[in-house]
Amino acid sequence: MAALLPVETFDERAKQTIADDRPPAVEVLSAEKVFANGARGLAPIDLAIAEGEFLTLIGPSGCGKSTLLKLIANLIEPSDGRLLWWRGDFAQVGKEGRRLAFVFQEPTLMPWARVEANVRLPLEFANMPRAIADPKVADAIARVGLSAFNRHFPRQLSGGMKMRVSIARALVTNPNLLLMDEPFGALDEFTRNRLDDDLVNLSWERKLTTVFVTHSIYEAVFLSTRIIVMAANPGRIFRVMTIDHPQPRDQGFRDSPQFSAYCRELSTWLAEASLQSAGGGQK
Amino acid sequence: MKPLFESETFVCIAAPLAVGVVLFAVWEIGFRLAAVPVYLFPKPSDVFSSFLQHGPSLLRALLVTLRVTLQAFVAAVILGTLIAFMFVQSRAIEVSLFPYAVLLQVTPVVAIAPLIIILVKNTQLSLTICATLVALFPIISNTTLGLRSVDPGLASFFRMNRASRFKTLVKLRIPGALPYFFGGLRISSGLALIGAVVAEFVAGTGGRSSGLAYEILDAGFSLDIPRMFAALFLITLTGVLLFAAMVGLSQLALSNWHESETRTET
Repeated sequence: MAALLPVETFDERAKQTIADDRPPAVEVLSAEKVFANGARGLAPIDLAIAEGEFLTLIGPSGCGKSTLLKLIANLIEPSDGRLLWWRGDFAQVGKEGRRLAFVFQEPTLMPWARVEANVRLPLEFANMPRAIADPKVADAIARVGLSAFNRHFPRQLSGGMKMRVSIARALVTNPNLLLMDEPFGALDEFTRNRLDDDLVNLSWERKLTTVFVTHSIYEAVFLSTRIIVMAANPGRIFRVMTIDHPQPRDQGFRDSPQFSAYCRELSTWLAEASLQSAGGGQK
Repeated sequence: MKPLFESETFVCIAAPLAVGVVLFAVWEIGFRLAAVPVYLFPKPSDVFSSFLQHGPSLLRALLVTLRVTLQAFVAAVILGTLIAFMFVQSRAIEVSLFPYAVLLQVTPVVAIAPLIIILVKNTQLSLTICATLVALFPIISNTTLGLRSVDPGLASFFRMNRASRFKTLVKLRIPGALPYFFGGLRISSGLALIGAVVAEFVAGTGGRSSGLAYEILDAGFSLDIPRMFAALFLITLTGVLLFAAMVGLSQLALSNWHESETRTET
């Protein structure tokens, strides 16, 4: 079974963290994060995320995957090293073709606002007139299949539907880079699979560059073109797995022996990453 | 469609009403049998006939008290909200001024009312000031708490989208503060009435006011206990109606989204 996989040796790691010939959307250049209490959240990391890539960060707790995502979102600053977005600094992010959207672990909707008002919010930040914003809002809501619910309040929706609203709110600005921090972690597996199906199509259709954080091996394999396995103490890139299967993917991929083989391999790597994370490496 | 007696609204109104009817009946019949003299403790029927007899003067007094109460309430809401907005602008402002807000709250209004009545010539105004001081604190503390209680996830979403300070206030802080604000309104409306009545008591001895407190004092001097009770009932009724109005307002504003006002669907 293992023969199906393009198993990478350790030496190729450095090469793989720099993606193929496509232009990078994000470059992480020896960025590290030391927290105020002195804890090393992230050892210096080098990573290039190519345009159109679906990159997943996975690893044991404390491996810094969320920290890395926050660095990419510019929610926090690196203690040392730097990041580039489309080969420039963060100031030019937000311009046409260089938009970034973030989806949180929770739906984080405004409970007092209807679905349409929640989705319209990012456009209001941009002071877009209602006449221009409304069709975009309707389109984003339709894309996540909630057109019938646009006048509903969040409390009237299920957990999966709220997450869809959250995704619609991210899509409404027509982002190029989509960052997602365990967005479906709180959902049941059936709902999660359906949302994963949608996400895979969506990122393909819109040619999104996606960085996704998850704990689920199946989700990581199903969605990603590349998986970064991280280890803790200090947070670092442990290994990189390339999922060699054409996108967009469907249930057929989940049922394939190739999928199972990838999952098994990734599971082994995660176990090793956990072992490596336990004691060693702390300085 | 459920039968009427099973509907929650009906039960919520009917049950306390039934308790009230029973209490009044026991009071009326018991005091009749025991032949308690009217000048010691009147029966409901005595109070009612006194109300019919003194109706116009009592209602005039009610209007005076109500005016002070509403003026004080509105002033407390405006002032309290403004102060709360000031407090959330910076921690330094809140830390340095909040103790004084507490000071205001713990000082009994009876103790400062004479001073205010002496300092402010206009009786109506001095009463309103006293009642405002009583009603102010719940608005300040609740609204401040509400404006601070921002969902951290939403807050970072706003920050990430580079939302202006003004947009964050209008779209995030103010809507989020509403449930707390309405909680403050409920407490404050009752306190405004209490403040108005207490201030009238203090001022009323001078005979310059003609509010319900003055009616009570006046009835006391002339041992007209049924009139005293009639005035008392009017005050109570006003308080209950004010409270109900605040509950209605809060339901109107929050019923769509906030847990406190949404009925659990079964």
